Amino acid sequence: MIEVQDLVKNFGAFCAVDHISFTVAEGRIFGFLGPNGAGKTTTIKMLTTLLQPTGGVLRVDGHDPQREQHLVRRAFGIVFQDSSLDEELTALENMELHGVLYGIRSPERRERIETLIAFVELWDRRNDFVKQYSGGMRRRLEVARALLHKPKILFLDEPTLGLDPQTRNHIWTFIQNLSTDQKVTVLFTTHYMEEADRVANEVAIIDHGKIVAEGTPAALKEQTEAKSLEDAFISLTGHAIRDEEASSSDRMRAMRKLWRGSGKR
Amino acid sequence: MSAIYILWLRQLKRYLRSRARIIGSLGQPLLFLLALGFGFGPTFAKAGGGNYIQFLAPGIISMGILFTAVFSGIEIIWDRQFGFLKETLVAPVSRLQIVLGRALGGATVAMMQGAVVFVFCLLAGFRFHRGLFLPVALAFMFLIALLFTAIGTAIGSVLQDMQGFQLIMNFIVMPLFFFSNALFPVQGLPKPLQFMIHLNPLTYGVDGLRGAFSNVFVFGLATDFLVLGALTTILLGIASYLFSRIQI
Repeated sequence: MIEVQDLVKNFGAFCAVDHISFTVAEGRIFGFLGPNGAGKTTTIKMLTTLLQPTGGVLRVDGHDPQREQHLVRRAFGIVFQDSSLDEELTALENMELHGVLYGIRSPERRERIETLIAFVELWDRRNDFVKQYSGGMRRRLEVARALLHKPKILFLDEPTLGLDPQTRNHIWTFIQNLSTDQKVTVLFTTHYMEEADRVANEVAIIDHGKIVAEGTPAALKEQTEAKSLEDAFISLTGHAIRDEEASSSDRMRAMRKLWRGSGKR
Repeated sequence: MSAIYILWLRQLKRYLRSRARIIGSLGQPLLFLLALGFGFGPTFAKAGGGNYIQFLAPGIISMGILFTAVFSGIEIIWDRQFGFLKETLVAPVSRLQIVLGRALGGATVAMMQGAVVFVFCLLAGFRFHRGLFLPVALAFMFLIALLFTAIGTAIGSVLQDMQGFQLIMNFIVMPLFFFSNALFPVQGLPKPLQFMIHLNPLTYGVDGLRGAFSNVFVFGLATDFLVLGALTTILLGIASYLFSRIQI
């Protein structure tokens, strides 16, 4: 379903993704793990047509994200690291907008929106503005929205960041069911190693733009003689704390917090 | 088509829901209308220019449209920072449709803002003589709105964050307004200034709008229309090219 061969992405002299290769088979859940700034999000952006690779071959549902953009775009749904909802619209309006953009026609669109909103337990709040939503509710709405056009592949970039254990559990159970019942292929990133251990069929650990280990969580633990995936992760990537340079979006995020108060996110 | 429509509708909903924005962006045009309109009125009349409010109102309406239009275009930067832009960029929709939806939405919003300013102009004593020409006035309001939304979209596609915002206000939007025929007639001005004003697209919009209301065109209805129409088409092209190059 997802094929990555020799993928490279340079930003000027900086090599963000350095010749990585991996494949994810249909219906599998693939955990893409790594410290901050390792190249996870950059890889997802290239797979989802948002960024042009410097080199390498990509296939998403058998299509090239660079040349067959629309075929690729139809095939996947994505939950970004940052919310990509329109806060000034209601939950229903956000779903409606997505449905229209993906060309889903009306009776079916309405039905699917209602089913999915109910499924992520937001039915009672469907007419509320997203700006009144908590972080967990936003995330659930984004998962529902990503599934609206029945994607074969689901990309989740830190879908559970900043959520309480109940919400995290709810989201992961939901995603596991998708993979077993509907054969949706899932690629996710997370910093919570116990989640990856529990949910992923396979994981790849990426550091400084290179894949340093790949396999089932059990195999990685065995390879590093670690008790938990977290220990395996530390032993593979070292103890050094990574500093990411603050990007303009980080500054913007800080600004927004200042303006709107941090209570809501 | 439906993608253009839903993005247009989004802009409209966002505008109608933010009363603070509607009222806030009315402040500047009204200030200019009242202070300049009544302040310079007697001098303008003594110099033989006639009723200054009559002259000024189309310029102030254009100002309201100009500011709202550029803002609507630049909103791309907010959408980019706050994430919504990604939602449209991963959708199986051509970039041209996204730009058209956004630009038409921004233009509609700017026209509505222009209409509100128009009502305030009427309250301040503005009278238009040729009611039949209201459609022509609306056409020019729409062209001004679309042109400057396209310019805003082009700028917003290139800028990464709002850091450059002051720069745009002070070196693009304000000069566009002041170096036009919005506040004063072009005839009799120093040649370099006249030249600059003739290069400014807003001039043709104000002239068209003023002509629609009073039937006195300096450049002529056809010229105004062609210049604005051609520039709008070109800028929409540039905006969608720059937009299609956005990588996040």
